[in-house]
Amino acid sequence: MDKPQLDREFSDLYRAHLRDVYSYSYYRIGNHHDAEDLTEQTFLQAYRHFARARAESNGRPLRPWLIRIAHNLAANYHRDRSRKPQTNLEDAAILSEPHGTEQIVEEREEVQAVLRGVAGLPDDRREALIMRFALGMDNREIARSLDRSEGATKVLIHRAIKQLEQRLEDEGGGGDE
Amino acid sequence: MSEAERLERLLHDALVPLEPPGVLTERLERTLTELTASAVDELAEFDPSALRDPRRWARLAAAGVVAGTAGGALILVRARQKHRRSEAHGLRALQNGLREVSGDMRRRLGR
Repeated sequence: MDKPQLDREFSDLYRAHLRDVYSYSYYRIGNHHDAEDLTEQTFLQAYRHFARARAESNGRPLRPWLIRIAHNLAANYHRDRSRKPQTNLEDAAILSEPHGTEQIVEEREEVQAVLRGVAGLPDDRREALIMRFALGMDNREIARSLDRSEGATKVLIHRAIKQLEQRLEDEGGGGDE
Repeated sequence: MSEAERLERLLHDALVPLEPPGVLTERLERTLTELTASAVDELAEFDPSALRDPRRWARLAAAGVVAGTAGGALILVRARQKHRRSEAHGLRALQNGLREVSGDMRRRLGR
């Protein structure tokens, strides 16, 4: 493949997944400023290795590879700073559907409780939930991003949701009707 | 709605996809543009006699790789800058500069 064609494909990848990489970075890091840095580094690193990654992908989607780069950079970020993700994620949640005022307040509280719960999960479980719900990735894509089998990924997500459910119950009815 | 379904709906509401801020795309574009400019400078300083000095081969190769990388990255920049005509003009100039340097290098190398 010639370079202009390769560049066009990278351009398509960039446009298609800029939001994915930024969303993943934000939910991993917990603040917009560092999420922007992480997104920038992810795409610069991706471009440098794009030709090889494309050649080795055998036609499979490259989103898991891209998210894996962001995942590794986020891991470095936390290791360098020796700190856990910040939990002030509440401003990320936007309730898009129209509701009554009381319902909005109630749902915002529930959403904030869920965000706190997700932030408190072990790293691998939190990452799997971010990939599933913020990025809409299926088990196969998540498995490739985390370098696990699809079966192990399915179990990981199941356990993540169960643990989150338990945390919300312990917190005081976050998942109650 | 079961508890599991309710929790999944809450997860969808909580972990909404986020639109990257404009400042990020601008910064990314600027980084790529600067990368291009530095690679062009590196190549512009090219001296054909350097090819006879193996100690400089790595540096020249690195400059070529960076120029190639950044040149490709300009596609991204252009896609984001359709509405910014003045800057797009600058990018075209940079791209033309890259092309000229590349052509000049080929001529000097007799390829």
